[in-house]
Amino acid sequence: MSEKKNDTLLDVQHLQVYFPIRKGLMKRVVGHVHAVEDVSFSVRPQEVFALVGESGCGKSTTGSAILRLIEPTGGKVFFKGDDLGKLTDEEMRLKRRDMQFIFQNPYSSLNPRMNVWKLLSEPLKVHFQLSPQELRERVEDMLRLIGMTPDQLERYPHQFSGGQKQRISIARALITHPSFVVADEPVSALDVSIQAQILNLMMELQQEMALSMIFISHDLNVVRHISNSVGVMYLGSPMETGDTEEVYRHPAHPYTQALLSAVPSHDPTHKSRHIVLEGDVPNPASPPSGCPFHTRCSRCSKLCKESKPQLREIAPRHFVACHHVGE
Amino acid sequence: MENLLEIRNLKITTLRGKNTVRLLDKVDLSVKKKCSFGVVGESGCGKSITANAILGLLPYPLRVSEGSIRYDSKDGEKELLKLSKKEMRDVRGQEISMIFQEPMTSLDPIFTVEMQMFEALSFHHPQMSRAEMRDRSLEMLRRVNIPRPEQTLASYAHQLSGGQLQRIMIAIALINDPRLLLADEPTTALDVTIQAQILKLMNDLKEQNDTSIIMITHDLGVIAETCEEVAVFYAGQIVEQANVMELFKNTAHPYTLGLLRAVTSLGGENRRLYTIPGIVPPGGQWSQGCRFADRCDKCMEKCKKEMPALTEAAPGHLCRCFLHSEEVEQ
Amino acid sequence: MKKKDRPVNNRSLPGNESLLRQLWRDPMGRAGMIGVGVVILLAVFAPWIARYDVAKMNARAKLTGPCAQFWFGTDHFGRDVFSRIVYGARVSLEVGIVAVGIAAGFGYLLGMIAGFFEGRVETVIMMIMDIIFAFPSILLALFIVSALGPSIINTMIAIGIVNIPVFTRTVRASVKTVKSTDYIANARSIGLKKMSILFKHVTPNVLAPFTVQATLALSGAILTEASMSFLGLGIQPPNPSWGSMLSDARKYMERAPWLVLFPALFIIMTILSFNILGDALRDVLDPKLKL
Repeated sequence: MSEKKNDTLLDVQHLQVYFPIRKGLMKRVVGHVHAVEDVSFSVRPQEVFALVGESGCGKSTTGSAILRLIEPTGGKVFFKGDDLGKLTDEEMRLKRRDMQFIFQNPYSSLNPRMNVWKLLSEPLKVHFQLSPQELRERVEDMLRLIGMTPDQLERYPHQFSGGQKQRISIARALITHPSFVVADEPVSALDVSIQAQILNLMMELQQEMALSMIFISHDLNVVRHISNSVGVMYLGSPMETGDTEEVYRHPAHPYTQALLSAVPSHDPTHKSRHIVLEGDVPNPASPPSGCPFHTRCSRCSKLCKESKPQLREIAPRHFVACHHVGE
Repeated sequence: MENLLEIRNLKITTLRGKNTVRLLDKVDLSVKKKCSFGVVGESGCGKSITANAILGLLPYPLRVSEGSIRYDSKDGEKELLKLSKKEMRDVRGQEISMIFQEPMTSLDPIFTVEMQMFEALSFHHPQMSRAEMRDRSLEMLRRVNIPRPEQTLASYAHQLSGGQLQRIMIAIALINDPRLLLADEPTTALDVTIQAQILKLMNDLKEQNDTSIIMITHDLGVIAETCEEVAVFYAGQIVEQANVMELFKNTAHPYTLGLLRAVTSLGGENRRLYTIPGIVPPGGQWSQGCRFADRCDKCMEKCKKEMPALTEAAPGHLCRCFLHSEEVEQ
Repeated sequence: MKKKDRPVNNRSLPGNESLLRQLWRDPMGRAGMIGVGVVILLAVFAPWIARYDVAKMNARAKLTGPCAQFWFGTDHFGRDVFSRIVYGARVSLEVGIVAVGIAAGFGYLLGMIAGFFEGRVETVIMMIMDIIFAFPSILLALFIVSALGPSIINTMIAIGIVNIPVFTRTVRASVKTVKSTDYIANARSIGLKKMSILFKHVTPNVLAPFTVQATLALSGAILTEASMSFLGLGIQPPNPSWGSMLSDARKYMERAPWLVLFPALFIIMTILSFNILGDALRDVLDPKLKL
């Protein structure tokens, strides 16, 4: 056990998040949306772990539930050995110094009535007792790290471009020097030419500050570039996890294969090699029996409709939840 | 007319306070018949307002200040900018249709799919009977590969998924056999596997019909998958235009090159991504010279002072850059 | 400010410029400010501006038309209409401010509670508000006054109570909107305490619609007072009020139209000014509208 502790920073075990569906005047619970269903993985120190999948697959909910921004319905999350679910609200609040969240949309995640100085000094004031001078120094240090200058401290969010706003929101998350951060689609609201700037910044900061990160994205190219390991999710369940290069080179799950092949190539001479999936993602309020992917899978069998496959290790650190892999 | 659509010298302006601000500057575009034409650029480059201008759908205070949009309709050539409101309504849907980025908000939530398809039909064919309309609607839904079309006709928007809705939007757009389909980021709000379905569908429909498509997108991958001819917009201008193979193989303009390198360096050997520094200058803050000059790594003295013209870098390959203009004009 | 990087826009900071100056720069805001300013000046300096005692009757000058001596003419007791209008401004503003103060205070508190602590508390508060809301406001105000007895204070209380639901609704709605924004989630993820989130992030963002509502409610309150006085259940004679002046003027409408004209004009101007000011305030207070 002690050996394992040194190796993992964050350990997610059987995480489960259900949202109640309420109806009528009395707000009676008539069912549940199975947003996250039995997700387990671990993140090593300084590792970038990517959660990838299509909208509604539960990747963002998983990220929020790990930080208890949404309370999980079941499962455990261990961070540096502590069971986060057992912490009181106040203990969890103090823990947030060490584990932060970067939001998708910098246009809405920064309070429009706070200027850069207030935005960046606030986290420090919450978690540290600093003299005004120290405060100023740390804010200015952070500004330099994100490529901005102190004369921009007095400005308000609406006076910046999308890319600059995302820099500010990254700075706000990292200014307390956390060791772990969840980044929820941090570049998907940005223009192509700006995305690359922000990704470079995030990779630099990750190296410099020795950060561990959960990087949530639907963009498979971005995920391949930034992450060391990856977890592919579908309808709230993990389909495949492993080292990023291994999963991208040898995708084993039929869903991963389809997902990877669906990415448009930037070479017009290589058209249409796609595996085009039929149909749509089922409703998470009434997920299909057995394997969640069986309704769209070309290799679906009777077994798939009846029993849900568990993650199996098919190569070192490469796990797949499919009955038919390796047959 | 040889081309289906010819845009000449199109300028669009808006009002910011009391100032008139240019958003689109002297754009020339020609779309051939049975062609899929890609328009690519980042937000605010003018690609979407160009499409809206074609259909006369510019929201106030945007307006076309100069230029012409000629269209070869079923009954002869028309100057779209000079049409009356009624004539324009006849063009919309019947001759030119548009599909939008957000299928979720493009359908009216209080009407069934059937009612909205019938509305599109009866507007242009008032004499059509309900049975005929129903047959036509079912046929269209089958063509866009909607499973269980009868059931879908009776559904409301909230009962359908994003991918299905976008198929229905395409079905409605194509229900009157338009000759031109404007697709404004039709797959941006959709997931990759659904995007693959929709792009395949659009490619198939193009093969089956005589419809030309103008595909507006920020995603070079979508362009590579679906288009034959491409125009790259930057800060309200076309900076490069060519056949898709030519554009991707012999990319000429530094901006296009930068965009391509930014996306293709993802997953490459080098961990540091290629970036174009700075931000896109917003409308009204354009410099006199080349609008890309202060972000360009090949910027010369001249670029800051003069605007390069859109000249031929190779046969059929237009580029707005001094590095590629044959005669360096003074 | 150094010019080496290009800001997205170069308008100065909202914090650097006072609210009043920003309002003044907006043509509508300026019009509203001038109108409201005139009413405030009239009210504050009434003893110096008024030319005669408001209650002094002059039998020889009954129903005199506007002239050099009586600018706005005189009424059926020979009282100077101009002076009564000037003092009437005082009454209108007093009633408006106190009534809106009552409404805003209670409304803000209830709205905050309802919006922040959802569930049963919210349901109960909003149910009571809906019941108050269901009555036509003037009828409810008249009912309250007739129960308490007509006087300036009771008029203020009545108009205040009638206006509480509007404020409760406005505040609750904006608290709920703000609560669901990303920046509140962000504040939580940073590790802020609940109370800090409420005071630092929620309150400032609620204050803007609240202020706008207050301005608009002020015009409504003045109008309600005028209507109540017109019906005889508001300000009691001999205190001048625009509403009661109108009411008294009814009988002499044909012989002395100025008796109707001037109070009506001032009511309209005041209401319009406050409404315009409210709209302008809404624009100025929205940080996103600043370009």
